[in-house]
Amino acid sequence: MATLVIENLRKSFGPVAVLHGVDLALASGEMLVIVGASGCGKSTLLRLVAGLDAPTSGRIVLDGRDVARLDPSARDIAMVFQNYALYPHMSVFDNMAYGLRIRGLAKPDIERRVHEAADILGLRPLLTRKPRQLSGGQRQRVAMGRAIVREPKLFLFDEPLSNLDATLRVQMRAEIRRLQRRMGVTSLYVTHDQVEAMTLGDRLLVLHQGVPVQLATPMEVFGRPANTYVAGFIGAPAMNFLPATLASQGTAARFADGTIQRFADGRRAGADGHKLTIGIRPEHVEFEPGGQNFQVDLVEPLGSETVLIGRLASGQLISVKVAGAGPRDETLMVSFPASAFHVFDGTTGLRIDPVVN
Amino acid sequence: MSGRADWPAHTVLALGVLLFLVPVWLLLAGSTLDPAAISRGELSMVPDLRNLGVYGTVLTEGAPGVGPVWRMMLVSAGMALAIAFGKIAISILSAYAVTFFRFPLRMVAFWIIFITLMLPVEVRIIPTYSVMSDLHLINTFPGLTIPLIASATATLLFRQTFLAIPDELVEAARMDGAGPWRFLKDILIPVSAANLAALFVILFVYGWNQYLWPLLVATDPSLDTIVIGIVKMIGTETQTEWNKVMAAAVLALLPPILVVVLMQRWFVKGLTEGDK
Amino acid sequence: MERRTIFPGWGLPVLLVMPQLALTAVFFLWPAGQAIWSSMTRADPFGIRTTFVGLENFADLFSDPLYLDSAGRTVVFCAAVSAISLLLALALATAADREIRGRALYRFMLIWPYAVAPAISAVLWILLLHPQIGLVGHWLNRIGIVWDYKLNGTQAMLMVILASAWKQISYNFIFLLAGLQSIPKSIVEAARLDGAKGFFRFRTIILPLLMPTVFFLVIVNLVYAAFETFPTVLALTQGGPGKATETLVVKVYRDGVINLDVGSSSAQSVVLMAAVIVLTAVQFRFLGKRGGE
Repeated sequence: MATLVIENLRKSFGPVAVLHGVDLALASGEMLVIVGASGCGKSTLLRLVAGLDAPTSGRIVLDGRDVARLDPSARDIAMVFQNYALYPHMSVFDNMAYGLRIRGLAKPDIERRVHEAADILGLRPLLTRKPRQLSGGQRQRVAMGRAIVREPKLFLFDEPLSNLDATLRVQMRAEIRRLQRRMGVTSLYVTHDQVEAMTLGDRLLVLHQGVPVQLATPMEVFGRPANTYVAGFIGAPAMNFLPATLASQGTAARFADGTIQRFADGRRAGADGHKLTIGIRPEHVEFEPGGQNFQVDLVEPLGSETVLIGRLASGQLISVKVAGAGPRDETLMVSFPASAFHVFDGTTGLRIDPVVN
Repeated sequence: MSGRADWPAHTVLALGVLLFLVPVWLLLAGSTLDPAAISRGELSMVPDLRNLGVYGTVLTEGAPGVGPVWRMMLVSAGMALAIAFGKIAISILSAYAVTFFRFPLRMVAFWIIFITLMLPVEVRIIPTYSVMSDLHLINTFPGLTIPLIASATATLLFRQTFLAIPDELVEAARMDGAGPWRFLKDILIPVSAANLAALFVILFVYGWNQYLWPLLVATDPSLDTIVIGIVKMIGTETQTEWNKVMAAAVLALLPPILVVVLMQRWFVKGLTEGDK
Repeated sequence: MERRTIFPGWGLPVLLVMPQLALTAVFFLWPAGQAIWSSMTRADPFGIRTTFVGLENFADLFSDPLYLDSAGRTVVFCAAVSAISLLLALALATAADREIRGRALYRFMLIWPYAVAPAISAVLWILLLHPQIGLVGHWLNRIGIVWDYKLNGTQAMLMVILASAWKQISYNFIFLLAGLQSIPKSIVEAARLDGAKGFFRFRTIILPLLMPTVFFLVIVNLVYAAFETFPTVLALTQGGPGKATETLVVKVYRDGVINLDVGSSSAQSVVLMAAVIVLTAVQFRFLGKRGGE
């Protein structure tokens, strides 16, 4: 059980800056998911914490001690790798015991810890097998076991589920969450999968091109995305974005077709005519006679819901998500309820909240 | 597979097998024949099993111009093993250093090692001889082996193997607390075992089959390798006792073939994966 | 190519490369340097004084018809050895790549000759082609074909080519078979669905995909034929009759070790070094393109 504080952490490879100053504070036992597209710097951040790369500047304080310059072995951190990185020539038992042996634990202690972890993970019958004799899910468990037996201050997960098939991924996701709660170990979890991010994290950190964009609970990231990048990244299908301008002294948005809609939640600061991007999630689009024409190009039935993809009269491509089978018509009338608007600055992409007065 | 008849493939392969088997069978059969009959041109594919004693004779007494074959086999074995183990040890260390560390002049060191690939013994016969004599290594066992221990082939092969080790495996070991020595001993060498075995085969065969080097630096008959001995035996052609030459050649073939045969699987894998 | 993860510190790695660097310096760089130096000197007939003569030894070498003959002979020899052993190995590998019965045994029977020493392959070929004792050689003479590689230069050349090529077949076979097996089955199956058959499929699909391996082997075979066949040639013909089988390496050995002409022999060594460097450079440039390095 430990707290993790990261202060102004930066990393450049030569002239290329990949991480532009990250600040984080994790409470003891908290699971923080770092999410972003590939190349956003999330793996680099994890490697800096692990000690596998040296930061260009900044502090990494684990349990009150700055570990940023320490060797990985001295940090008391365990990591689960994407491809598991099991030692191919060692049995499951030896894979889990290796780190403990290096630390000089007594044999009975090693056995006790490995057996405990094996029991938690259901690996007891497999302890004498070699990694190549295991299925993907079992290897994943061994990788977890190797981290657990160390009883570290911090767990790091580097996209641990991305090599598993879909069913197994869902199952292991739940298992990781249960395990982490039960052990109460502070954890950093890196993924590019938004479902993993939403379901696993106490909080999410969204990284975009090396810059932290939003740090909040999953529901807040979903409900109040900090900019258009986050809004488009979290949620499937992705949020629709409509160009608009500020109108009526900041109380409404004027769309490209000239219609004006009043904001449901209050006035925005700024001059009328200021460029906006109005975001609306596909599930919030409504069918309404007298609304805009929506020409359906593609119907994607997902069983419990259906996604319709098509064009508005302006030619803009949008998607609409409806429960059940959805309408069969090729042309529909849709409207965008102002209560579901996400208002962003048209130029910077930043969220614009209503003015409080 | 393609529905095409298999017999053309069988024919080609059978001919290929014969291409290698016939000369070796001839060698085996010939070694048991009467030397006078061989000299008259009566070499045949039918062995005379009464004359297997020739093997005992060459092993203990040798043949005109050379000492007993067991001695030469011993020199060859010593040379092949020293070269194989020496090269493996030295190459593992240097390949480990250039792939898993960054140090000043690392690339210079790598290129110096690499250059040796371009300097086979054959192209530096004379100057190497004079260096050897300056170091008083002529006609010594170390002289026979040490200079052949440094070569780029094994280092490059290990470097290739080491580069193919997933980064995550190294990182996992570091997170587990393994330092450089431990990682080398516990992870890297066991994981590279197949390549190591393959390299052992390649180097053993290389060392056993050396000819020019021992010819150059070991004129002392007590340092004759079996390969040198056989060429010496046929060099004195007027009085060549062919049955003994053949018996010695059979004996000379056995150890390297045995090594290749016993380690065939690793050998083929390591040769084709590492050398490319 | 570089690793992402490395260990810190540089004392240990320097220590680790030292043994190999030391051996390399003493037995490779120093002699090579001496070769370059001696190639530009000449000893007087009594071996008392050596004088610096610049590139004169090289000029002599390239105006020496004997040397040029030897170079031409080496080219023919290398080309013949490489072509014969590669073609035979390709035929064998193609056959062994098929899913036929007993292919494991076939493969095994074609791989073991890798262990045969070049000098011993010479003995084997003597048993076959020696004019008096050789099984085939004796028979040729009996049916009236005059065969004696000890007297006839062309026959001697044929003999060393055969013995050298024979020895290299296994090596080529191993690589070509591995190359064939690494061609994805799906590509061959796609070609079959496209209707490509037999030799046409081999020529248009398999051979192009095998070219990287073939190219690699061409270089390896050229180097093998140029240098490692020395024991074969020495044991079979000693370079004779006359100079009929005197390749460049045999000539270096004769001029240097037997005739003790250090200047010329060193110059020859330097030329050979240049040749190996060019071949190696070509090979690695090409390997780089393949993504091997």
